[in-house]
Amino acid sequence: MSALEPTTPSVAKRGWVSRPFALTLPALILLAAVIGYPLLTIMVRSLSEPQWGVQNYLWFFGAPVNLTVLQRTFVISAWVTVVCVVCAYPYAYLMTAVGPRVRLVLVLCVLIPFWVSGVVRTLSWVILLQDSGVINSLLRAAGFDGIRLIRTQTGVVIGMAQVLLPFMILPLYSVMKGIDLRLMRAAQSLGARPSRAFFTVYLPLSLPGVYAGAIIVFILALGFYITPALLGGPRSTMLSTLVQTQVLSLLQWGRGGAMGVVLLVTTFVLLALAAPVMRSRYREAGRR
Amino acid sequence: MEMKPLTRVILGLVCLLVAIWLVAPTLVVVPMSFNENKSLAFPPQGFSWQWYLNFVTNPDWMSSFLNSVKVASIVAVLATVLGTLAAFGLDRMKARPANLLRMLMLTPMVVPGVVLAIGIYAVYLDAHLVGTLTGFVLAHTILALPFVLIAVSASLEVFDRRLETAAASLGAGALTAFRTVTLPLILPGILSGLLFAFATSFDEIVVSLFITNPYLKTLPVQIFSSITRDADPTVAAVGTILLFATTILIGGGMLLLGRERKGSQ
Repeated sequence: MSALEPTTPSVAKRGWVSRPFALTLPALILLAAVIGYPLLTIMVRSLSEPQWGVQNYLWFFGAPVNLTVLQRTFVISAWVTVVCVVCAYPYAYLMTAVGPRVRLVLVLCVLIPFWVSGVVRTLSWVILLQDSGVINSLLRAAGFDGIRLIRTQTGVVIGMAQVLLPFMILPLYSVMKGIDLRLMRAAQSLGARPSRAFFTVYLPLSLPGVYAGAIIVFILALGFYITPALLGGPRSTMLSTLVQTQVLSLLQWGRGGAMGVVLLVTTFVLLALAAPVMRSRYREAGRR
Repeated sequence: MEMKPLTRVILGLVCLLVAIWLVAPTLVVVPMSFNENKSLAFPPQGFSWQWYLNFVTNPDWMSSFLNSVKVASIVAVLATVLGTLAAFGLDRMKARPANLLRMLMLTPMVVPGVVLAIGIYAVYLDAHLVGTLTGFVLAHTILALPFVLIAVSASLEVFDRRLETAAASLGAGALTAFRTVTLPLILPGILSGLLFAFATSFDEIVVSLFITNPYLKTLPVQIFSSITRDADPTVAAVGTILLFATTILIGGGMLLLGRERKGSQ
């Protein structure tokens, strides 16, 4: 070793510490190959098959069937989001209000379905919602006959909302946890009734969590494939199923690709719209 | 918050219902798996172990299970290595480019599954990767990467970098400092990333449905095709096994973590 060679501490500086970008390269290369390139392929195919042009997009937005499915995808996702907000709000609030032991149980109830295989959970819903299933047997015993759940939009919403509920509860809880409950007491000491204090103080402070959760749930719901495929019927087809049919059954890569691009662009536009709102709201929440 | 007793009771009841809705539906696979008849109709009739036996002896089920274990194990290691490296890189980069790259690396979480699936399928058809182990591993690794990145980044955030400087000032090289100081401290993050990566791959279905072929099926694909094809209670048996395996794994992990935390206090 010559004396001119750098000593140990500066080796540390010269090595990977000074070139952190290199560490991200393997992941970035894989990302480009397995996400970037395939998405690019789909975009190109949507414009180039069978010949170059925007015919596939004209076809997509010109056929009433497609528009019905597009609208239905949005409606189902909106319903799922509403159901999730309504169910998650009181649940997340209770998580902040109880002692550590009960909280652990509540957290486990959220995390267990998060961990159980998604396919298995959808299978459970198939068993529960089928015409000879548990829920229909109960309904029949209660005197409600002939209610169909499987292969209907209601069934799809029930199954999807259960799968997506944790994505709503967790952000909501993390925001609610930070709300200073003394503010509520202050409002009440100033003469506000509990309900008034809730609506003017607590609810606005918890809204960032609602926004964050709702956006995540809505975006994930838009792209759902397995649950609608197994629980839905022809009258509850969502966009993802249509994409799959075009590509796998009809080999219409152009049309399927165009639909995929529409779904992709919608997702990213929603994310872009939500990002600044969520960030500023979060900052507000953090400033308190 | 002061609440009227009535509000409190209603709140409790609503939450109980939500908790039941979250947990109970999945449990229905347990009674169904002991059904005597080849049907998924409720209530199940009689009692038998035949569907568990079928899972173990039927080559379709067993091979798909083994494929899933194989793919998920490779993915867990690969995604953990790539994700940990990337998390380190991002941690040491300037905030602006790091945030941009982080968002880029999290895209697999938000790209709609089917869109990604047709894209990967298109590329795999050209590259002859449909129905291959390499194909599955590559696709699942990129889907698992965000989870590793999040887990490792979270533990790097609380890691005090002065410890590395201290190690360097005591004469440790970069690698030695990493191996003896940094790695042990962020190990919990790496391990939970590993677990998440395994689970993600083991459970992945949408992309798998497109890149599978009769020669290479993973367990979720087999479950999916079994549900759509016929009412074979073997799926319920598999579901029960997975349910218990997950519960034991998570429960054990939580107990271990709790004990460690108690020990360190």
